[in-house]
Amino acid sequence: MHIPDGYLSPSTCAVLYGASAPFWYAALQRVKAILTTRLVPLLSVMAALSFVIMMFNLPLPGGTTGHAVGVAIATIILGPWASILAISIALSIQAVFFGDGGITTLGANCFNMAIVGSLTAYAVYRIIAGRAALTSPRRVMAAALAGYTAINASALCAAVEFGIQPIFFKDPSGAPLYAPYPLHIAIPAMMIGHLTFAGLAELVLSAGVVAYFQRTNPSLLKLTAPGNLAPDDAIADPGSQSLWHTLRPLWIGLAVLLVLTPLGILAAGTAWGEWSARDFSNLQTREKMAIASRHTAPPAQPPRGLERLSSLWTAPFPQYAPSFVHRPAMGYALSGMFGAGAIILVSLIAGSLAARGKRKGSQEP
Amino acid sequence: MNFFERTLAGFLDAVEHALDAEEVSQANGLLQRLDPRVKVVGILMLIIAAAMAHKFWVIGAVFVIALILAASSRVSPLLLGKRVWIPVLLFTGIIALPAPFVIPGQVIGRIPGLDWPLTAQGLASARYLVTRVETAATLSVLLILSTPWTHVLKALRVLRVPVVIVVILGMAYRYIFLLIDSARDMLESRRSRMVGEMTGSDSRRLAAASVGVLMSKTLQLSGDVYSAMLARGFRGEVYMLDDFQTTAVDWIMLFCFVAIAAAAFYYGR
Repeated sequence: MHIPDGYLSPSTCAVLYGASAPFWYAALQRVKAILTTRLVPLLSVMAALSFVIMMFNLPLPGGTTGHAVGVAIATIILGPWASILAISIALSIQAVFFGDGGITTLGANCFNMAIVGSLTAYAVYRIIAGRAALTSPRRVMAAALAGYTAINASALCAAVEFGIQPIFFKDPSGAPLYAPYPLHIAIPAMMIGHLTFAGLAELVLSAGVVAYFQRTNPSLLKLTAPGNLAPDDAIADPGSQSLWHTLRPLWIGLAVLLVLTPLGILAAGTAWGEWSARDFSNLQTREKMAIASRHTAPPAQPPRGLERLSSLWTAPFPQYAPSFVHRPAMGYALSGMFGAGAIILVSLIAGSLAARGKRKGSQEP
Repeated sequence: MNFFERTLAGFLDAVEHALDAEEVSQANGLLQRLDPRVKVVGILMLIIAAAMAHKFWVIGAVFVIALILAASSRVSPLLLGKRVWIPVLLFTGIIALPAPFVIPGQVIGRIPGLDWPLTAQGLASARYLVTRVETAATLSVLLILSTPWTHVLKALRVLRVPVVIVVILGMAYRYIFLLIDSARDMLESRRSRMVGEMTGSDSRRLAAASVGVLMSKTLQLSGDVYSAMLARGFRGEVYMLDDFQTTAVDWIMLFCFVAIAAAAFYYGR
């Protein structure tokens, strides 16, 4: 899981450092606002603990042993933001001091394990644990699944990063310059190991530690349990007041991506499988489809099911180009704004309905 | 080996690695004499140059420069072999092994008996991967072995890493060894009282409980550390004493690093 230097191209590494930066910034601001002067000692010691947890060799069913990252248990105890920082710091020390994982790939490793891992673990744990009591067996199951899902989500990200290397980076003879295997090999190769051993190690650790705390000190589980939040719990609660302030970099990132959407026009060829029924009768698009399918000619007629269902729904902006806009770049940008705006609107309505439901629930005797 | 032995061996390896690094960083070699800022920036440039090279001979040339740096810094090939070359070859070599048979391209031969096609592009990709990983790993281990951790941290400020992160990295590193000690004592004392074999589920329960105990101790420790810091006047601001001084040798070596990296970028395109 710790990607060494040399497996990813420098541009992939740069993109993943860039993708991680807003999360690090948001997490640091959020945790700093809550912990103030306690930030330095708490994060230092918790990062050291994350490092030591990664060294534990866990006994797995079947007689083997395996290492866990401990991302789910860090998220459950510290909340997702502090967990992102603690795991990132532990990964940095592993890379810089112990040479475990690369220096150029540190951004990718932090993105996969610390960011995707913590957020996935948090979402799964909160959804499954719900409002169960701190000592409920449901929390043990939620922790187990959170650990298992988080490590597999991280592995999937790493597999996709490996799998896209041979698509974009080849030498003049066509030899892949970095991780050589395409997505259809990289994804199963990574996932088989993680769906079995690594996932199991994370599952055993997360469930075991939550069960241990339920017996000895359940108050440590309060941070990610809704309903009885202590003042410090706001680290974990994504709905507190300073949300706008800490999420500002993410909004700025979204705005930049919207402005950059016309870059899609530069892409050559056709997106494989995203064809309409009409494309099968157009000579030019048939040629593009054949190139995208490794020179396999598409069928002479569009598939019947595709033809029948294609008239069911007509998109308001077909081909990302509203009919009233004549410049494709403007059409792309407008479609991006419309799409992102629609998603944000739906999220805000859903969030407001959920908050109203929660308020009603808490007012009832 | 059961999980006790494996985990304890892992702890021992980490401590041994730290001792190796301390010993090598005290030697009187070329890299040890350099200003850590020059070392961090220079070696990082070489790693990026090796990562960007599209030609095998350029990666090979950067590897040879890494070997020259190792020899002039009194880093023994045995230590590099044990810490880098053999582990990397075992890990990346196994990953790269199927590439010559899986990557499509010009068939240059077949495995006798199995009739598997061997492609030129597959062989080249395996060679790129192994040499690139070996080169980058050798360079980063050279940096680590020749520089005390506190110096690496201070040098990170040149790369604009925030002071608070540098301080957290420094403190975390110190507490890693304290926690390793604590975890080792815990596992050894448990093992010394153990009679017979443990079942699988008992081992898992014990491993999870050990992590749980360590976590509780750590949370307690963070409170103690905070109180100790407050007692010594800590108010949340962190400062670092930057007392590095560059000499003529530093500037010459910085020029060499920049020239080598620029040449590697140019010829490796």
